[in-house]
Amino acid sequence: MSAELWGVVVACAVVTAVIKGAGPVAFGGRALPAWSVGVIGLTAPALLAALVVTSALSEDGRLAAGPQTAGVALAGIVLVRGGSVLTGVVVAVAVTAGLRALV
Amino acid sequence: MAAAPEPPPSDAARTPRASFRAGLRAGVPFAIVGFVLSLSFGVLAREVGFSAIGAIVMSAIVFAGSAQFAVVSILGGGGGVGAAVAAAALMNSRFLPMGVALAPSLPGRWPRRAAQGQTVVDSSWAMSNLGDGRFDRHFLFGATSVQYATWLGGTATGALGGAIIGDIDALGLDAVYPAFFLALLLAELRDRRALVAAVAGALIALLLVPFTPAGIPVLAASAAALIGLARRREAAS
Repeated sequence: MSAELWGVVVACAVVTAVIKGAGPVAFGGRALPAWSVGVIGLTAPALLAALVVTSALSEDGRLAAGPQTAGVALAGIVLVRGGSVLTGVVVAVAVTAGLRALV
Repeated sequence: MAAAPEPPPSDAARTPRASFRAGLRAGVPFAIVGFVLSLSFGVLAREVGFSAIGAIVMSAIVFAGSAQFAVVSILGGGGGVGAAVAAAALMNSRFLPMGVALAPSLPGRWPRRAAQGQTVVDSSWAMSNLGDGRFDRHFLFGATSVQYATWLGGTATGALGGAIIGDIDALGLDAVYPAFFLALLLAELRDRRALVAAVAGALIALLLVPFTPAGIPVLAASAAALIGLARRREAAS
C-alpha cells in the first residue's frame, strides 16, 4: 500500500478524533442552557433523516432513485410494522439485489 | 415503533456496570449490521489500492463508516487524497453537534472528556439519549464496544476474503447503510416534534445534494433541530 494511502488513513484518524473530541472538550463538565435541551433532543432525528435520504436518494452528487431506494423503502414498511433492525436490513438487501438481478 | 432499539431506561439508579451491559445488548443488532457494512468497506478498500492491513488499521483508528466509505468512493472515482480526507471530515462533521449534545454528560478533565467523546457512533449516541438533554455514557460505551469489535471483524473478513465475496452492489449490500440509519431514525420518532425535525432535516439535505460536496447536506440538516428552540419559545410566551 502506498505511503500516500497510509497518509490518508492517518489524516482521517486525526481529523475524526479532533471532531469527536471538540464538543466534549469545549462544552464538557457543565450544563448547557435550558433552551438548548429541546434542540439537542431533535438533533438525532434531523441528522439521521438526512443520512437516510442522502444515502438512498442520491448518487455522485445528484438526486437519484434505483433498486436500492426501493429496497430501503420496503425495509421502512417492515420496520414501521414492527420488524427488527436485522429484518429491515435483510429486506433492504434482498429487494435491492433482486431488482438488480431482474433489470 | 416496534423497530426501535431498546432505549436506555432513564432510571438514574442503574449502576454503571448495568448501563454498560444494557448498552452491549442494545448494540448487538447494530453490531451485526456493522459487520456487513464493514465487510463491504473491506472489499471496496482493497479495490482502490489498500492492503488488507491498511483497511483493518483504518477501521481500527478511524471507526467511522460514512467517512471510510466516502474515502474509498472518492479514491475509486479518481479523486485525490486531499479530496478524500476533506470528504471524510465533512461526513464526520455531524459528530460535532453530537459531541456538543453529549458534553454535559461527560465528567472529568478535558483529556478524559475528549477520550470519552471518541466512543460516539451514530447508533450508540442515539440510543444513549435519555431524551431530557442527558446521555447515559456507560450505555454509550457498551453499545459502541460491541460495534467496534464487529467493525474490525467485518473489515478483516472483507479485506482478506473479497475475492470470494464478489460484487457487493450485485448482492445489494449498498442498501445496508441507509436501512441501518432508517431503523435508528424510526426509533427516534418519539413525538410530533421529532417527526417535524426529521422531515425538515431530510428536505434540507435533499435540497443541498446537487449543490454541495458530500457531507455538507447532512451537517446542514442539523439546523432542523432549531425547531426545538422555536417551539420552546412559543410555549414560553
